[in-house]
Amino acid sequence: MSLLEVKNLRVSFRQDGKVFEAVKGVSFSVESSETVALVGESGSGKSVTALSTVSLLGENAMVEGSVTYGGTEMVGAPERDLRRVRGNDISFIFQEPMTSLNPLHTLEKQLGESLSLHQGLSGAAARERIIELLTKVGIREPESRLGSYPHQLSGGQRQRVMIAMALANGPELLVADEPTTALDVTIQAQILELLADLKRSEGMSLLFITHDLGIVRKIADRVCVMKDGEIVETGPTAEIFDNPRHPYTQTLLAAEPTGAPYPVPDFAKEILATENLKIWFPIQKGLLKRTVGHVKAVNDATLRLKEGETLGIVGESGSGKTTLALAIMRLLSSEGDIMFMRQELHNWTERRIRSIRKDMQIVFQDPYGSLSPRMTVEQVIAEGLSVHDVPGSHDKRGLVAETMREVGLEPEMMDRYPHEFSGGQRQRIAIARAMILKPKLLVLDEPTSALDMTVQVQIVELLRDLQRKHGLAYLFISHDLRVVRALSHKVIVMKQGDVVEAGEAAQIFASPKTAYTRELMAAALNLDSKAG
Amino acid sequence: MALIKLNPLNQRRLRNFKANRRAFWSLWIFCFLFFLSLFAEFLANDRPLLVNYRGEMHVPVLNFYPETAFGGDFRTEAVYRDIEVQCLIISGGLEDCWDDPETVIEAAQNGALAESVEDFQQGWILWPPVRYSFNTVADIGRAAPSPPDDNHILGTDDTARDVMARVIYGFRVSVLFTLVVTLATSVIGIAAGAVQGYFGGLIDLLFQRFIEIWSGIPSLYIIIIVASIFTMNFWLLAGLMTAFGWMALVGVVRAEFLRARNFEYVRAARALGVRDRVIMFRHVLPNAMVASLTLLPFIVTGNIAALASLDFLGFGLPSSEPSLGELTLQAKRNLQAPWLGFTAFFTFAVMLSLLVFIFEGVRDAFDPRKTFQ
Repeated sequence: MSLLEVKNLRVSFRQDGKVFEAVKGVSFSVESSETVALVGESGSGKSVTALSTVSLLGENAMVEGSVTYGGTEMVGAPERDLRRVRGNDISFIFQEPMTSLNPLHTLEKQLGESLSLHQGLSGAAARERIIELLTKVGIREPESRLGSYPHQLSGGQRQRVMIAMALANGPELLVADEPTTALDVTIQAQILELLADLKRSEGMSLLFITHDLGIVRKIADRVCVMKDGEIVETGPTAEIFDNPRHPYTQTLLAAEPTGAPYPVPDFAKEILATENLKIWFPIQKGLLKRTVGHVKAVNDATLRLKEGETLGIVGESGSGKTTLALAIMRLLSSEGDIMFMRQELHNWTERRIRSIRKDMQIVFQDPYGSLSPRMTVEQVIAEGLSVHDVPGSHDKRGLVAETMREVGLEPEMMDRYPHEFSGGQRQRIAIARAMILKPKLLVLDEPTSALDMTVQVQIVELLRDLQRKHGLAYLFISHDLRVVRALSHKVIVMKQGDVVEAGEAAQIFASPKTAYTRELMAAALNLDSKAG
Repeated sequence: MALIKLNPLNQRRLRNFKANRRAFWSLWIFCFLFFLSLFAEFLANDRPLLVNYRGEMHVPVLNFYPETAFGGDFRTEAVYRDIEVQCLIISGGLEDCWDDPETVIEAAQNGALAESVEDFQQGWILWPPVRYSFNTVADIGRAAPSPPDDNHILGTDDTARDVMARVIYGFRVSVLFTLVVTLATSVIGIAAGAVQGYFGGLIDLLFQRFIEIWSGIPSLYIIIIVASIFTMNFWLLAGLMTAFGWMALVGVVRAEFLRARNFEYVRAARALGVRDRVIMFRHVLPNAMVASLTLLPFIVTGNIAALASLDFLGFGLPSSEPSLGELTLQAKRNLQAPWLGFTAFFTFAVMLSLLVFIFEGVRDAFDPRKTFQ
């Protein structure tokens, strides 16, 4: 008998009198000591499926079908029985380790809560068990960490604590919902290894939800590929990867940003140059606000960028990539020279900077957060026109339509609101907002990392086309080396505010000089090679 | 065709509000009552709406007419409540009105005068539903306050003024006062909170300290002091209430601005070179509106209560002004006249309940977690 058996599960949500069906008749099973991966793009219903196994969905959800855990029916079971199963037999790990931990509680309290709830452990016994758990998930010196708060831990450590919490009651099934998506590549690899180890040593089953096929290949025994609320293909991992039958699976497997950027024209002018750019945030203490030290976000960044060229900035989170870009955009103050189109920007006032803002534009990471939900697409895209003079700006709608066509959007959609668009379309809107001003320099701050793989490929292609057409210079910030390789002419690698390596992209990818770059490549491209 | 094209979010909010029938009907009832009270002069007045005197139309409710215009002796404004003046108008200015007006009116109306008097032109008077204004001292022929009767459906107060008229005018003053003060405090409070939250840093620090000191000032004493120097009137009191009431919204608006100024679409707007003022209005302010709206009911009802309690304590508007607080004070002084207390109580109860229902509906409509099926 299977440990978890899902039969013909249907989940629909009701809002404003309309019914939206998220999961349309899904059936799969998880045997004991088996890892099953639910793979699919965002909106495919994979998280909803997992949450509905123990009825963790909101009140507006309607669940039909059958979910049996160890032979017991879970759909429609009384809340009391469900509570006993949740956290005890079935544990969850969520995507965002920062928001899943209560910021006001110490580790000991967070872990102790679940122990006292389900096992009645307290005092020294609980403490001992907590230390054992923390050791198990690879937290060094667990005794000294008991009094720490979540904000004192790094992202990877937080996810380890989350795993420790999930393991606390010896679950038989661990449901991991995108547990590594918010983490850096090197940390991702460690967490995956930890999960695989724990699964073996504890004899658990694992239901793994992800959009990343590289991870699936590394960890899963069986794969269920989901699309639009249905499972389109299921089978053992090796079989699916070697011989995908469903066209959607084939697209997913083939989706990887590839190719190389178009070469830079020989006579391209230099458009941006920084000399020893420094961004230090002062730490002030006491009544008189004496500066006692600095948070050194970026030290000595020197870079050059020509028209039609892409400079990739890579590094893990906290390495100062985004800070550097914001300083170049003059959205943060900095020290050191910034030459933009042969003008020295360093000491310009905000008013003077405004006049050249149309030449430098930025596209942000999160296409959901970067568009005001209260403005129509036309208003969003045309916002820059109210500030700057652009040829043809007297016909606002015409220019907006033209720009939308250029980024691959239907101009008929310009009166809609951002929430009606998918992630990829929203990112196109954000690119259109920047492009309508005909900038010379476009800063791209992780423009693809919130998007699904298949969409990433399209965006990368769009960016390459726009660059060739308009001779744009890109400052491309990413932690995803595959995308960087597909777009960049030159690369700088940053670590904790320092530029540790800089040079031609091809050269850095072929023969990284520093240990840090090698480590990054290994983590990112190791998964890569297995997936490919 | 809709005048303003609402975005889908606001359309859904409007739909949710309409779905809340209690709030929706409360809004209509309140608007109807307020609309009526805006025309209080046409509802309760001691001057007629329309007078026909010797074939000529006069509109006393809007214009000044001396008594001489109706064949009287004084050049002061005609006192239309006087039976003699009424007689003059109806009989077309007959001298006999000074001796026996009742008989003349009766004769004019049954047509007797038209036969006996040469060149007789009968006039008529169109009165508002309540023939007393808020400050009309009625001739009730007994001790005030008098209980409800045919002339005064809610009785009179202790200076023989009609309670119904005072309630109509008092309701209008209450609502107008709270609207003016709420609007002024909201505008100032939102602007102050926006500036503090958006710019932060030293501006925020100094402003916050200023607010702390300012809210430490005992506003009641200031009002008492000012009231002893100047004669209190509507605008002075509204100004004072605004001066000490604008801090209510600063906190929430500041918090929303602090949060929203780091949103990516705000950053994107800054990268476009949009001016701070425009960013604050277009991108950040809408975020603060929901929080402000949830506080608004407390401000509105609070201002009504504040005006009433000041009037009750005798530091508000002069007692000749129509005021629900003053009515409450009279009710307390004249416990033997329960119609005063009941009228004050029910007026407040209806007004505040309607407002609470309306704002409850508004708040729920803005609540993103509420799903209406």
